Amino acid sequence: MNFNRRAFLSTTAAVGATLAAPMIVRAQDGARPRVVVVGGGAGGATAARYIARDSEGAIDVTLIEPSRAYYTCFFSNLYLGGFREFDSLGHTYGNLASSYGVNVVHDWATGVDRDAKTVRLAGGGDVPYDRLVLSPGIDFKNGAVPGWSTAVQNRMPHAYKAGSQTQLLRAQIEAMPEGGTFAMVAPPNPYRCPPGPYERVSMVAHYLKENNPTARILIADPKETFSKQALFEDGWLRHYEGMIERVGPDFGGGNVEVDAEAMTLSIDGDVQNVDVCNVIPAMQAGGIVHAAALNEGDWAPVSAYDLSSRLDESVHILGDSAAQGDMPKSGFAANSQAKVAANAIVAAFTDSRQFPARFSNTCWSLIDTDDGIKVGANYEASDEGIVSTGGFVSEVGETDEVRAETYRESIGWYDAITEDMFG
Amino acid sequence: MTGKVIPSCKVAALVAGTLSLTPFSASADAENGERLFRACAACHQIGEGAINRIGPQLNGLVGRLIGTVDGYDYSDTLSEAGADGDVWSEAALSAFLEDPRGYLPGTSMVFRGIRDETDRTDLISYLIQEGGTSEAAAEAGPESGPSPEIAAILAVEGDVAYGEYLSSECTACHRGAGGEDIPSIAGLAPSVFIAGLSAYRTGEREHPVMNMVASRLGDEEIAALAAYFEAQTTE
Repeated sequence: MNFNRRAFLSTTAAVGATLAAPMIVRAQDGARPRVVVVGGGAGGATAARYIARDSEGAIDVTLIEPSRAYYTCFFSNLYLGGFREFDSLGHTYGNLASSYGVNVVHDWATGVDRDAKTVRLAGGGDVPYDRLVLSPGIDFKNGAVPGWSTAVQNRMPHAYKAGSQTQLLRAQIEAMPEGGTFAMVAPPNPYRCPPGPYERVSMVAHYLKENNPTARILIADPKETFSKQALFEDGWLRHYEGMIERVGPDFGGGNVEVDAEAMTLSIDGDVQNVDVCNVIPAMQAGGIVHAAALNEGDWAPVSAYDLSSRLDESVHILGDSAAQGDMPKSGFAANSQAKVAANAIVAAFTDSRQFPARFSNTCWSLIDTDDGIKVGANYEASDEGIVSTGGFVSEVGETDEVRAETYRESIGWYDAITEDMFG
Repeated sequence: MTGKVIPSCKVAALVAGTLSLTPFSASADAENGERLFRACAACHQIGEGAINRIGPQLNGLVGRLIGTVDGYDYSDTLSEAGADGDVWSEAALSAFLEDPRGYLPGTSMVFRGIRDETDRTDLISYLIQEGGTSEAAAEAGPESGPSPEIAAILAVEGDVAYGEYLSSECTACHRGAGGEDIPSIAGLAPSVFIAGLSAYRTGEREHPVMNMVASRLGDEEIAALAAYFEAQTTE
């Protein structure tokens, strides 16, 4: 690919009057401006790559990410269903370093000194920044599900951050006794990947149908409704009739308690023995957002125009952690937001142009073999936040051909977005 | 992408004036064409009683809307060309036969092409002799060319820097090169790129994601994207 923003500038006409001229902010003493990105997922990796690429080396980009291999949450359900190899979900940061010049630091960011503009590393030392990008994903809220904490996550996995948790959940499903029970405690809104728990149920059902057909799936759900509900329920009826039971809030689905030692799940006081208990607790912004005191409640309020924090304009907060308005917490959304923030950051430090924010999102889900569905929308920035300007969702009763095409499209998207993130 | 993509709407425009129901070259050698057709006959039938085999039957090929023989399961590429109103004019057929995958990337026809222009003319002459032509040729009319909507976009000079910014929405799904399930759009000729996005914007081509994406693209945005992607290589 040919990336040469500057060269284009000299040959193209000035952009329309509606576009603000970028304010040039030079770093002190002629040194290269420093952008530090915390979190190497769909938001952070994309931001690091775009800032480094589009500034052509004019900006010093450091990416702080503890994992050497990143496993995508998106498509991790397909691994549970047997549609993907675990290794196919893994990506490394070598190319961001070698092809784009990003300084990749494998460490935990534990704090931010916003006055001194430095990020504290667990391994010791502070990393200075002129602009900071936080894209740490989600953390679980302690005590959200009585009886559950991260201390028991190896008994009752969340598998909602991909990696060893995902492998553990798969191993537990494989080890289920004949006719056993897979239970899921679904999260309340808002949470990462709205269709995720229900795609997971579909994938577990697919596995069980093939390997343990008398097993059952029990969902305790605090929400009245959920993403793509009609599509999932139609699919469950067609593919997994009688296997899946969902207990909504009217029947106590929001009043649950677990006992990891006894492997029991209590729904509205009714205690049941379960063989696998996948607890997906209520969520909040990643810990570094709270450590930097950039949250209001559980999430970090941001400007819709450039994802800058409403509490500190030198910090941009992307993806799941951001309270930005209408966009769902998805990898696609984080990737979309990262590009808007990257454009604003590069324009602030170089003579390249800033363009109006525009966002989009599409989420694909797989119900069974070649039965894919999707939902998507366009979004724009407003003073109040990011607002949806219209979208689409798959329909019940689509032909097999349409569903198979939707699934193939999701594979194409996976290949493209991971390339967009990691180069 | 080799740069050999010939924008189909331009071909249609070029051809409209000269398209007739008789072979365009009086000196065409249908006997040579018959000899050349042997390679085609492995998959295609022509003449009385011709039916679809590995490839579609070829009666009335010249003048027919691309990818529209009843009962034949075409690649998306050919189906979409037909849906866009592209016709197998003699010139379009000649360009296709020269480099099938270059002209219609995604075609499922396995054929390396015929480089010699005279040979192509002879083969097309044979196809018309044996299979006749279709009414659509006459209907194509001298006005066929870019629609007013597409012409309006073609008239806008694309702002490449803006196109680069906008392209980041495309690259969430379209890879720089390759892409089995979602095609790469790098290096596309502007007329092809613009015709495609325009058809998604009007809804003429149906695809939920692309209809959504295109719905908020103005002429300026489409022209900018076309200018940007034209300059991208797939290396």
